[in-house]
Amino acid sequence: MQLVLEKRAERSTGIALVSPLIAIALTLVTMSILFAILGKNPIAALGVYFIDPLTDSYSLQEIAVKATPLVMIAIGLSLCYLANAWNIGAEGQFLMGAVAGSWLAVKTQGTDAGHWVLPAMLLLGAIAGALYALIPALCKVRFGASEILTSLMLVYVADLLLDYLVRGPWRDPKGFNFPTTAEFDPVATVPVLIEGGRLHFGSIIALAVVAAGAVLLGRTIKGFEIRVVGAAPRAARFGGFNANQLVLVTFAISGALAGLAGIIEVAGPIGHLQPGISPGYGFTAIIVAFLGRLNPVGILIAGLFLALTFIGGEQAQIAMKIPLDVTKVFQGILLFYVLACDSLILYRFRFISASPKVQSGAH
Amino acid sequence: MLSVLAASTPLLLAATGELVTERAGVLNLGVEGMMIVGAACGFGGAWLSGSIIIGALCGIVAGILMSLIFALMTLGLAVNQVATGLALTILGIGLSGLIGARFVGEKITPAPHLHIPGLSDIPLVGRILFGEDGFVYLSLALIVAVWYVLYRTRPGLILRACGDNHVSAHALGYPVLRIRMYAVMFGGACAGLAGAYLPLAYTPFFIPGMTAGRGWIALALVVFASWRPGRLVAGAYLFGAVTILQLHAQGAGLGVPSQLMSALPYLATVIVLVLISRARSGGSTAPAALGTVFVPDR
Repeated sequence: MQLVLEKRAERSTGIALVSPLIAIALTLVTMSILFAILGKNPIAALGVYFIDPLTDSYSLQEIAVKATPLVMIAIGLSLCYLANAWNIGAEGQFLMGAVAGSWLAVKTQGTDAGHWVLPAMLLLGAIAGALYALIPALCKVRFGASEILTSLMLVYVADLLLDYLVRGPWRDPKGFNFPTTAEFDPVATVPVLIEGGRLHFGSIIALAVVAAGAVLLGRTIKGFEIRVVGAAPRAARFGGFNANQLVLVTFAISGALAGLAGIIEVAGPIGHLQPGISPGYGFTAIIVAFLGRLNPVGILIAGLFLALTFIGGEQAQIAMKIPLDVTKVFQGILLFYVLACDSLILYRFRFISASPKVQSGAH
Repeated sequence: MLSVLAASTPLLLAATGELVTERAGVLNLGVEGMMIVGAACGFGGAWLSGSIIIGALCGIVAGILMSLIFALMTLGLAVNQVATGLALTILGIGLSGLIGARFVGEKITPAPHLHIPGLSDIPLVGRILFGEDGFVYLSLALIVAVWYVLYRTRPGLILRACGDNHVSAHALGYPVLRIRMYAVMFGGACAGLAGAYLPLAYTPFFIPGMTAGRGWIALALVVFASWRPGRLVAGAYLFGAVTILQLHAQGAGLGVPSQLMSALPYLATVIVLVLISRARSGGSTAPAALGTVFVPDR
């Protein structure tokens, strides 16, 4: 038996819609096997992962809180990937946004600064994220250096910078030597939406970002350019679109969104700057972008789904002693299946017997 | 004291594998993922068996298995290589945490260093030439072998042909996808061994995330080396030297934040990539078909 790919005459729209669902189904089957190998009851484990978090208000809010950075980052990444620009350093841009915004929070700490602080922090976060993303983009456009490698290297640099700041200059003097800044003042904190709850204003911003992404891609010339440059570079050149400029634009937008997500995370659910503010949001957002088919609404749904795996993973660790790393394995397997199922949109899979080919015309 | 050679060896091993993979026209960005699974399996194998060799073999097998997932996706199903490589890294980090969890905190006896009485004691060069662990020499032998096969043998020529023009290679009757699969597997084996080297020889214990981006630096090294084995050795040792230099500088306490020193290898990678790409603005030396999907028509 041999697997052969046959190119479809045109993209299959039916499969484009169901392929993420097939991918999720296949992932759940694979995870069941993995749970069984770990000696856990697969049905019970899947229940803890995917059903339990949906049954109480705290977990539901927590899903929205986790989905907020994922969706914001993934919307930006989808623009890059559509334009065939490979920003995989969103994690670093997220951290830089958090650092830049926190700078203002730390500097205004204890002063009677007014309500301008939080908006200014968000702005700083977005700007810092955009500037940090422009480094690999400029290296790509000006010198032809692979943006994949440079954007990823800068993740480690951002991580170390944050570590330096919270252990050194910005450390809370009353913090018992823990590497953290002091708790941000109320004017430097993202307000919660429900009194006493976890859901915060950042989720509203994330929804606005989804809407803006949909408008940009569906209704503007820039969105059209992004699609054309990615899908048909030659046609884009004939059309006079500037691919280099689009690399800069898409990197700047995605960096700004990642930076904004970073400062919202720090000024919202966490409340201070510390190492480990991200459980890999910048990388998980890559999966969100692909699972959501690089489409804003799809990304919103995919973001909520992957947020569910974070919450479910934490609950499964507490309830069933399932290691937290299972969540990462889950996310990796999911991305594989999503990509494999996407192949079905362009190709038809056929199995043929691998018998030797009949020589024709040999008379 | 950790030597430059020891710090360079995992980079050289992983980059050697990736060089062969890329020369066949496949861009596997999952080196970091394959390495880290190799580290977990390598340490596990050595700890359970008490043998460094068995540990190294476990790392190699783990790397090959990871690379086969990549081959199935990109060669079998014609999936985008960049995205698949990222997926492989994400999966690898999770898997290594899962596999390695029970080995955290355990210790093994690290791979022994060569000692030839007299020769190893020569000042300066003795330790470097005759006093390292076996993997150091293995990695050098491997890159020489790769150079020989790529440039002096027929299979090497065919492999390079697949990387430069898969349509022509296919038209000449070469099984492009199968050759690429072997190249990807070789890359996986090297990355797995490179990962296993870390807990087997570099530090005699396993910690999650211990590859710390070395897989990505190895990818950058291949670009730095312009896909040529000779320059790869130079690049790997340069980066090993930067790593050791920053460790010493931290130890000496120069008043520079340790985080800045730790960031040096990553910053150096960015700078080197920019300089190399700039110098090469005239024309690319990358394999012409690198990273492109090939679906043979029947």
